[in-house]
Amino acid sequence: MQYEVVIGLEIHAQLKTESKVFCGCKTIYGNSPNSQTCPICLGMPGTLPVLNEKVIEFAAKAGLALECKIRLNSRTARKNYFYPDLSKGYQISQYDEPMCEFGKIEIFSGEDRAKVLGITRIHIEEDSGKSVHGFGDKTAVDFNRCGTGLIEIVSEPDMRSPEEARAYLVKLKQILEYLEVSDCNMEEGSLRVDANISLRPFGQKELGTKTEMKNMNSFRAVEKALYSEIERQGKVLDNGGEIQQVTMLWNENLNQARVMRTKEDAHDYRYFPEPDLLPIEITEGYLADIKSQLPELPDAKMRRFSADYKLGKEAISTLVLDKNWSAWFEEVVQAGSDPVEASKWVTVEVLRVIKERLISIDEFPISPLKLSQLIKEIEKDSISKQAGKKVFDHMLDDHSDVSLIIEKLGLKQVSDTRNLEVIIRDIKEKYSTEVSRFQNGESKLLGFFMGQVMKESQGKANPKIIAPLIQKIIGD
Amino acid sequence: MTKISREEVLHIAKLARLDLSEQEVETYSEQLSDILGYVKQLQKVDTNGVQPLTHVYDQVNHLRSDTNRKSLNVKSAVQNAPDTDGTYFKVPQVIKD
Ligand SMILES: [Zn+2]
Repeated sequence: MQYEVVIGLEIHAQLKTESKVFCGCKTIYGNSPNSQTCPICLGMPGTLPVLNEKVIEFAAKAGLALECKIRLNSRTARKNYFYPDLSKGYQISQYDEPMCEFGKIEIFSGEDRAKVLGITRIHIEEDSGKSVHGFGDKTAVDFNRCGTGLIEIVSEPDMRSPEEARAYLVKLKQILEYLEVSDCNMEEGSLRVDANISLRPFGQKELGTKTEMKNMNSFRAVEKALYSEIERQGKVLDNGGEIQQVTMLWNENLNQARVMRTKEDAHDYRYFPEPDLLPIEITEGYLADIKSQLPELPDAKMRRFSADYKLGKEAISTLVLDKNWSAWFEEVVQAGSDPVEASKWVTVEVLRVIKERLISIDEFPISPLKLSQLIKEIEKDSISKQAGKKVFDHMLDDHSDVSLIIEKLGLKQVSDTRNLEVIIRDIKEKYSTEVSRFQNGESKLLGFFMGQVMKESQGKANPKIIAPLIQKIIGD
Repeated sequence: MTKISREEVLHIAKLARLDLSEQEVETYSEQLSDILGYVKQLQKVDTNGVQPLTHVYDQVNHLRSDTNRKSLNVKSAVQNAPDTDGTYFKVPQVIKD
């Protein structure tokens, strides 16, 4: 039987603050274990948390960008559970008064169909430490991450396929990166995804029993885990079974999930208002100020790129994926390049190199100005497009002037007709059979003669000039 | 007034990771019932139009700027741990493979 798939996602994004949410410890990933801890984030008795104002600001930014209603009065809450990587025995989070609610996000998936998905809430909370396994019969705990500020973004169960879930994730990550509130690095765990999945017969109103999937460390893993769980649930339902409400862990190596806990051992968190922190109060003025600081967001940028630069959809979505890429592209355009040509160079050649070399665009060895000069040389016909690629590759390691490199490589197109005329006359003598066939109307031999001229000129002849010259000299 | 049952006391004790003796279960069952009885008494007060109070101070926010302060050195951080290798806190294994 075919079922309707219902997916909702809970995203935890680590906030890119200098210090943790309740103490002054650093938030750097990968530092030596327990070197970024203090009595507050270790949960020592007698310590008190003091809220980092940047965490409020970042949550408000995310809320405004996702068109949420922002609460002027919100509160933190204590979520009680015992786990070794959270030494206090509770996590400070938000419960019934989250900072942001009722947001939305537009995604495109399959045939570019736009769809608006609901954001249920965004709340602030603290991250836990990290358990490290493989120490024999012991688990080792590193509290460097413990107390790092997080926002949890909960979507409505509005997604109907793994592709939509992926599109949502891509878009959300893009927005958070534009806002510069999170690094959103899934491998390093600064963006973590939990998915709620259920199936129901088409047309049924109420939702089926859902399962929760955790531990998916890439976009690909999210898609694969969702497909696998949809298939599993479908089989259970087809066989007349019932879905058990469980939490599952995805294992990327085995390509399968296993049950982590069942409903029976579901947590009883006993939330209550956090007594160690005062209520959070923000003003309309504060929000207006934050709003004025928001950068141009992906949707707006896409519209502008389409209107101002007349780029195709594919080029736009590639350039806008990373705001540093689109900024770099715009610098090339501002240096005087044709936007369409510039977009081709950036999306094909520049991105190819930065992906091959695993570098960011800021580390790309050719400056936007230099690339625009190269594009101009091609526009002026001083080199061919083909030669342009050679020059580009050379520019990656040679920072000389573009014109100098062209000269060095001897790629300057020969537009000097006298020289070309000599070459063409030689060819006319050499290939008398082809010449008479050409003169008798076999016009496709033009390509043959052009090839010969290119060969003789070592690829430097300007094709736009040689075609009419061949017509003139060989044609009659 | 309903008494807090033995099962409820054991559930709460489990959540708090407390190992109670039979005598303690009996004692807490009575004490918790008394506390809830007192709360029930308070619930009779008309609180219409009164905002719930979660803090006794008439203050909000008290935020700090996003700046770093010195952390502990690792040796001090782990010195009170029941088990450590000088770098990590060691705890009984949490996930079995
Ligand atoms: Zn700390």
